[in-house]
Amino acid sequence: MSEPIWEGYLRADGRLGVRNVVLVLYTVECASHVALEIARGEPDAHVIGFPGCYDNAYAIRLMLALARHPNVGAVLAVGLGCEYTQPARIAERVRESGRPAEWFYIQEQGGTVASVEVGKRIVRQLRERIRAETPRAPMRLKDLVVGAECGGSDGTSGLAGNPVVGRFFDRLVDAGGTAIFEETVEMIGLRDIMTARAATPEAALQIGAAYDKAERYCRAVRQYSIAPGNFAGGLTTIEEKSMGAFAKGGSRPIQGVIRVAQRPPRPGLWLMDTVPDEHFMGFGYTNPNDTEGLMDLISAGAQILLFITGRGSVTGAPLAPVIKITGNTQTYERMKDDMDFNAGRVLSGELTLDEAARELESLVVRVASGEPSRPEALGHREYFIMYKHQDTPPLEMGCRA
Amino acid sequence: MARAFQVHPTDNVATLLDDAPAGPVTVSGAESPLVITLPRPVAMAHKIALRPVAEGGPVIKYGVQIGIATRPIQPGEWVHLHNCRSALDERSSTLDAESGAVRRPDRHRHPPDPARRMGPPA
Repeated sequence: MSEPIWEGYLRADGRLGVRNVVLVLYTVECASHVALEIARGEPDAHVIGFPGCYDNAYAIRLMLALARHPNVGAVLAVGLGCEYTQPARIAERVRESGRPAEWFYIQEQGGTVASVEVGKRIVRQLRERIRAETPRAPMRLKDLVVGAECGGSDGTSGLAGNPVVGRFFDRLVDAGGTAIFEETVEMIGLRDIMTARAATPEAALQIGAAYDKAERYCRAVRQYSIAPGNFAGGLTTIEEKSMGAFAKGGSRPIQGVIRVAQRPPRPGLWLMDTVPDEHFMGFGYTNPNDTEGLMDLISAGAQILLFITGRGSVTGAPLAPVIKITGNTQTYERMKDDMDFNAGRVLSGELTLDEAARELESLVVRVASGEPSRPEALGHREYFIMYKHQDTPPLEMGCRA
Repeated sequence: MARAFQVHPTDNVATLLDDAPAGPVTVSGAESPLVITLPRPVAMAHKIALRPVAEGGPVIKYGVQIGIATRPIQPGEWVHLHNCRSALDERSSTLDAESGAVRRPDRHRHPPDPARRMGPPA
C-alpha cells in the first residue's frame, strides 16, 4: 500500500495545517459575548479566550501558541479595554508569524452592536484573504502532530480504546510523524514502567521528574484523577486507570517531556507535562477537565486529536478536529452520532489490534484531508484556558512563547 | 455465555466484556480459556477474581499491582471499591462502591448491590 498523501495548508514557518481557520480571540471574559457573536454563523471562525482580567504568563503562552497554530490562517483579537492582556500585542506577534491579524477594543468601537458589526466585517475580510492566499502543499503522516487524551474512561478503555490508539501512535512514529500524550496525573504508580520507555538517559530524568511532581501534586491536594463515572465504569483505583491511560502511548521510546505551549523539538513520541509547578500560590490546580487537556495538546501544535472515551464524552475542541474513539460497543451504539471509531470490535474479536490501528490511520488521513470528524460536524468547540503556573521552558527545549 | 478478558498471565482479575448474570463466564486472553462461576451478576467492564486473594494481598491486572484486597476475595467475586483499595489514593476505600461518591466514614458499611449501576440502562 502506498503512503497516503493529501493537501495541507502551508504556513510561513514551514508547518502544515489540516484546516484554515479564522481565530477570534478575546482577552478577558467581559469580551467573550462579543467574540462569540462575531463568530456566530461564520464558517471556519473559531473562538478561544482567557477569562482573567489580570494576566498570567502560562495563559498568554498558551494563547500565543494557539493563535500561531498550523490550523490557524488569521486572527482577530478582541479586548474590552481595561484588561492586562493586550490584544494589540497578540495581533502583532501573530503578524510576525506571517499570518494576517487584526484587533480592537470594544470600548473604542462604541459597544456591543458596533463591535459585532465591525468584527464580522474583519472576519469576512480575513477569511477571503486566507482562502485566496494560503498555499496548499502535499502532506504526509510525517507532517502530522497528533495528540491523544482519554476521558470518561471505563474498564474497556485500557483493553481496547487506548491500546488501539497506542498501536496507531507506533505506526505514526514509524512513519516519521509526531505523537503526544499527556495526563501524568493518570500515570500514578507507573514510575518504573514510564522511565523504562525513555529514549535517552536525559529523557528518563525528565520523565522521572514529571512523574514525581504529578505524585507530589496528588498527595498535596489529596485528589487523584479518578471520578465517579470511572468507578461506575468498573475502574477501582488510580493505579488501574493509570495502566489503561498509559496504553495510549503505544510502545515506542519516549523522546522527552514537553510542557504546555511547547512544540516537540523533533518527531517521535513525546509526553506532555500539564501539571502546574509549585510557586508562591502553591500548586494551584492541574487540568480540571478534559477540555483543558485538549487545549494543551493543541498548543504543542497537534493538528488532530484522538479522544478515547469508554463512558461516552461528547466534548470537542476549536482549531483541531477531535476524533472520538470508544472501546465500549454499548457506548458506541448508544452515542453513535458522537463516536467516530468503535475499538470495541477488538474485544468482540471482529478486528485485531493491528487491523484496528490501520483502520484508525485511514480515518485520521480522511479527517486530515478535510472530512469533518463527528465532534467537528456537531459543532463542538469547547475551550478552557485557566490560571496556572508552569516554569518557562528552558530555551534549549524548543519553543519559548 | 458472558465473556471476560485477562490481560496478563499473572493477573488475578479479568475484565467482563459483557454484562454477566450469576453463573458461568468464559475467560480468555492471557491463559488458555477457563470458566469461572459468578455467585452474583456483575456489570460489563467491571472486574472478577480469577483466583483467591487474601486480605492485604495484591490485586493484579496488566501484570502490575493495581490495588490491595481489603478482605478475602473468592474466585468469581466482583472486585471493586468494597474489597480493593489503592496503595496511593487514601480516599479510595471511603468511596461508595457503585457511585464512587464520598461516604461518611462512620456510616454503616452495607454490602453493595452489583446489579445496580449508574447511568442509563445499556
